[in-house]
Amino acid sequence: MPELTYREAVRDALARALRADEDVFVMGEDIAEMGGSMGVTQGLLQEFGPGRIRNTPISEMAIVGSGIGAAMQGMRPIVEIMYEDFLTLSMEQLVNQAAKHRTMSGGQLKVPLTIRTQGGAGWSPGAQHAQQLEAWFVHVPGLKVVFASTPEDVRGLLWSSIYDDNPVVFFEHRTLYPLKGHVPDELEPIPLGKARVHREGEDVSVVATGRLVHESLKAAEAAEQEGISVEVVDPRTLLPLDEETIIASVRKTTRCVTAHEAVTRGGFGAELAAVIQHGAFDWLDAPIERVGARFAPLPFAPAMEHWVVPHADDVLTAIRRTVARG
Amino acid sequence: MTTVEEKAEPGRKRVSEEVLRGFFRQMLLIRRFEEKVEERFRAGELPGFLHVAIGQEAAAVGVCSALAREDVIASTHRAHGHAIAKGTPIERIMAELYGKLEGCSHGYGGSMHLYDVEVGNLGANAVVAGGLPAVVGAALTFQMRGEQRVAVAFFGDGATNTGTFHESLNLAQLWKVPAIFALENNGWAESTPASQQLPLPVDKLGKRASAFGMKLIEADGQDVEAVYLAALAAREHALAGKGPVLLHLRTNRLTGHYIGDPQIYRDRDELKRERESKDPITLLAARLELSDEELAALDAEITAAVEASVEFAKAGTDPRPEDAVKFVYA
Repeated sequence: MPELTYREAVRDALARALRADEDVFVMGEDIAEMGGSMGVTQGLLQEFGPGRIRNTPISEMAIVGSGIGAAMQGMRPIVEIMYEDFLTLSMEQLVNQAAKHRTMSGGQLKVPLTIRTQGGAGWSPGAQHAQQLEAWFVHVPGLKVVFASTPEDVRGLLWSSIYDDNPVVFFEHRTLYPLKGHVPDELEPIPLGKARVHREGEDVSVVATGRLVHESLKAAEAAEQEGISVEVVDPRTLLPLDEETIIASVRKTTRCVTAHEAVTRGGFGAELAAVIQHGAFDWLDAPIERVGARFAPLPFAPAMEHWVVPHADDVLTAIRRTVARG
Repeated sequence: MTTVEEKAEPGRKRVSEEVLRGFFRQMLLIRRFEEKVEERFRAGELPGFLHVAIGQEAAAVGVCSALAREDVIASTHRAHGHAIAKGTPIERIMAELYGKLEGCSHGYGGSMHLYDVEVGNLGANAVVAGGLPAVVGAALTFQMRGEQRVAVAFFGDGATNTGTFHESLNLAQLWKVPAIFALENNGWAESTPASQQLPLPVDKLGKRASAFGMKLIEADGQDVEAVYLAALAAREHALAGKGPVLLHLRTNRLTGHYIGDPQIYRDRDELKRERESKDPITLLAARLELSDEELAALDAEITAAVEASVEFAKAGTDPRPEDAVKFVYA
């Protein structure tokens, strides 16, 4: 099995889809010659040309909106929004248009559009270049939401997103781009709506997304030293959500921690907690703990930024709290 | 599409009387449809929020008559005229307004979301300028696939103040996609007059095209022949690979913004003058010199068709409540 970085895995999925299908094309800011601000699309211009690897003006509304129009004509556009903070500039098209055309038309139209974006703290960009806004989109019927945490997952999930007939908001985490991992020789599509159990355990389930999957795996190892057996589950797709796998895990362990980098309040952990308490109420031995960022715009100074967003020790603390309830 | 003839005046294209009569019939159909919608809404039969296009019939008919069936449009909240002109039968539109499965959006859309993909109506949009970027994307697809088709966005003067408008025209011109931006300039953004929302004279709004280096074609939006010829020229320009066109049509909204709008913001005398001098149907009837008998016969026929659309709609099928979630995902 070859080893790819998370960045290369995204690129590999894009290149394979572009090779396989004339209807696939990519557009976004700085994605052509520069290869994207994160270097994800490097080399694609050379292989596929400027007609299919299209630099755009700084016009997030028009980028997403023209993707919608092309998708409704049967193309499978992949648009890149450079930072998820800038998704805010395209919200009208995403929320009012992409998500709703199918229903508003009574099923006449579909919008097979993939919106790739990235974010995440840990490099001190300040408040407008590192937010984690995935929960906003989970609240919109008609969208699908994916957040992949490993090279294998990001490749297989991106492929499935491109070939899904619905608009998919596809989140990548900036600090994961250099992460290496083995991927299968042949790209295996990973179905949307299937969680992945990264580590099996008996005492506590940690349901984590994005960077926090890796922080949770570190916390799980530390907990093991203390005699606590931790299961780590990554939903991978936030919408639709694999409730079955998550509830089964918590019924087994009877305790649960949710973990993401986004602010805790109103975050995806709140939705997870609601789903879990309803599906595993009689099994729970402790309140569900939520780990997330403190309720503040991301500050610039590295020490403050580090304090605002969660890390492995925050997950470990939450694990200990659930166990301490007996 | 219909053919254009060179008539007596050298250099000036004219449309045959037969074609104009066809336009007249369509415009009158829209007018009577809209009047019926107003009546049925006031009678309490129609749910929702309705905007009629009384006064703007020539723009809808002139533009859509210049299009091929495979060309696509995106419409606005004031959508009924566009939908009729693009070829959706009125009974399917009326059924939509009654929320029936037989409606053109099967009861999921309503007045502000009329769709009919088969005839190239990609949907009416309740967000001002909301449909413009998708038209750019549709036109981009036609360009990428080498298809001889254009995509048309209808919008009003109010929409030209949105960021979406500027982003869309900028991108369309940059990529020279075959799009037509049909600006129905009625001088009102809901209740706000041009003087309070446009920093340039209302009649000069087409100048915004120059900011993008875009081709501008202008026509009197109350003269269906002028609109039609302008739209034909716009389509020809776009299909020749010369890029998109801003098609500026100065028109008049001869009613309120929505049905029931008391129009407390509008000068009564001016509205009366507009109704007397700017009604595109009256203007065309005079031009065609239709006799009273001809007009009465045509009107009776159209009125009966509109009445039949109401009967069709009322006899339609109510959707099952639980089917509300049927099309959330493909």
